Amino acid sequence: MDKFRMIFQFLQSNQESFMNGICGIMALASTQIYSAFDFNCPCLPHYNLAYGLGILLVPPFILFLLGFVLNNNISMLAEEWRRPQGQRGKDPAVLRYMFCSMAQRAMIAPVVWVSVTLLDGKCITCAFCTSVPVEILGNASHPSLSQGDMKRVLARIPCKEIYDGQELIANEVAIRYLRCISQALGWCFVLLMTMLAFLVRSLRPCFTQAAFLKSRYWSHYIDIERKLFDETCTEHARSFAKVCIQQFFEGMSTDLVAAHCHLPRKAPEDAGEATEKLLGITDWDTMNMALKSWHRCKPPLHLHTPALPSGNGWAGEGQPPVHRSVPQREMAAYYSWV
Amino acid sequence: MDRFRMIFQYFQSNSESVMNGICGLLTLASIKMYTSIDFSCPCLPQYNMAYGLGIMFVPPIALFLCGLILNRQSLVMLEEWSRPQGCRKKDPAVIRYLCSSIMQRAMVAPAAWIIVTLLDGKCLICAFSGSMDPEKFVDFASASPVQVQQLLAKVPCKDEELMRNNTSRKAVSRYLRCWSQALGWSILLILIIAAFLARWLRPCFNQAALLQARHWSNYIDIEQKIFEETCCEHSRLFAHKCILHFFESMRQEVKLHSFSLSREGEGSEGDQALLRGITDQDQVNKLLKMWYYEKPPLDVSKATQR
Repeated sequence: MDKFRMIFQFLQSNQESFMNGICGIMALASTQIYSAFDFNCPCLPHYNLAYGLGILLVPPFILFLLGFVLNNNISMLAEEWRRPQGQRGKDPAVLRYMFCSMAQRAMIAPVVWVSVTLLDGKCITCAFCTSVPVEILGNASHPSLSQGDMKRVLARIPCKEIYDGQELIANEVAIRYLRCISQALGWCFVLLMTMLAFLVRSLRPCFTQAAFLKSRYWSHYIDIERKLFDETCTEHARSFAKVCIQQFFEGMSTDLVAAHCHLPRKAPEDAGEATEKLLGITDWDTMNMALKSWHRCKPPLHLHTPALPSGNGWAGEGQPPVHRSVPQREMAAYYSWV
Repeated sequence: MDRFRMIFQYFQSNSESVMNGICGLLTLASIKMYTSIDFSCPCLPQYNMAYGLGIMFVPPIALFLCGLILNRQSLVMLEEWSRPQGCRKKDPAVIRYLCSSIMQRAMVAPAAWIIVTLLDGKCLICAFSGSMDPEKFVDFASASPVQVQQLLAKVPCKDEELMRNNTSRKAVSRYLRCWSQALGWSILLILIIAAFLARWLRPCFNQAALLQARHWSNYIDIEQKIFEETCCEHSRLFAHKCILHFFESMRQEVKLHSFSLSREGEGSEGDQALLRGITDQDQVNKLLKMWYYEKPPLDVSKATQR
């Protein structure tokens, strides 16, 4: 039990830092993906906006969902939300706490992507180059073009090699203008997000500290209980398998004694423990028969049948216990998962 | 218990160093961010000042707030400040100490950003090129007032065709960069002298009160950590008892309803104990189903009384 206690303390104290670590890695990954991504503005009037805004908004959404997927606690939340009430009441505050803490962590990578995108400026330049105020920034002496032509020329601003509107509006001027707007938006976004995070974190102790402590305790409890239950079931399954196999070998041994009408040769007394472990199977044929039987007809998932003739072929079952409320409809005839 | 003690000694001695480490990382991150973000002055009369001063002052605010958020002690301080008095008196000196220590650490990264910005010079050149006196520079003195504003606004952009080899542009640029760097170094010097004096003169003023405030602020921090650890330990034991109680109640039910005699002593004692009376596929399935459909109540008082 000591080993379990150590492991659980480690997990508990480090679960938060583990999840924070995953957050940090995802944030770094998002900056890395952005810098590795080859941004290619289409430089066509109707496609620019879609491409630019798409690159700005779709990856953050994907990163947000990924943040949820990588979080182990999402299945715990879903389980707690969907379980029938039974004898244990459901506390919506606990569910809200779990969801909020997961959502906060999942938001970090998308926010980093949007900030980096805005501060870099390429997306906004691509998306809004057709909306540049030509009257202010452009050369007043240039003859006016039709709306469509103007848009086509302006759409090529991000692509310096094919830009042909230098007389209309200088390429560098337009790009500087758009990048300035983009960086201003980016820094405002960063400031807004930091302020929001600060407010959420600092107002909480002033208002709902007791309720927060309660929700946190019970959400940790649910997590630990689930882990302990899995551990207990694993222990149980191990013991079940051990006893089942022991009974199988003993059953084989008894069968052989009954069938062959001769007593198994008793090994000398001083062989001791090793002899017991042989479980009465002491020659080549017997072992082969045991192995064949294990493959052809696995024993039933039912330990100890004291009065009935135990064999390796009977697929009987004990009396199913009468259940109070949930109707028991399953048939006990599937062994395939053993 | 020894292990607990070791862990808590580690926390106590390293709480300060963890905070210092985070402070250092944030400072490095701010410098890295400055170098990696492409500074591009708009070179337009109305926008230059806003952009230049914005880049100089908005990121430090965000870095300051980040420094407050990432510091664990800020939560401790807020809890101590907002808690009802109850049976324990509140000491304003402790809260003040915590507040000042948090603020000092949070100010390092913004100060680093401002100093790096000033030493680099681009922000100040962008913000104040339009406010220069054109009379002092040959090329700008001869232009009309409207043109002068446009020209001065284009000074930060070296690649602009009008400005490419313009000596007056270089003069304005050098002048503003000189001012910017002088300001940057002065601020750095003042901050370092202030930090030096504060640290050196502190023992001369009220050292006993300071020691008390520091002790009790460490105490509050550790008390909260230990409370969280104890809650974890408690919830683990609670869960353990609850699950054992659940298995026991299943065993009782099996005994009550099953007609076959259970044979004791099959296999080793350890295995029997771990099997907890559940020895059948149906019983296991039922147990798992019960665990989902009807979780046991959060009440282990019967289990502990047994």
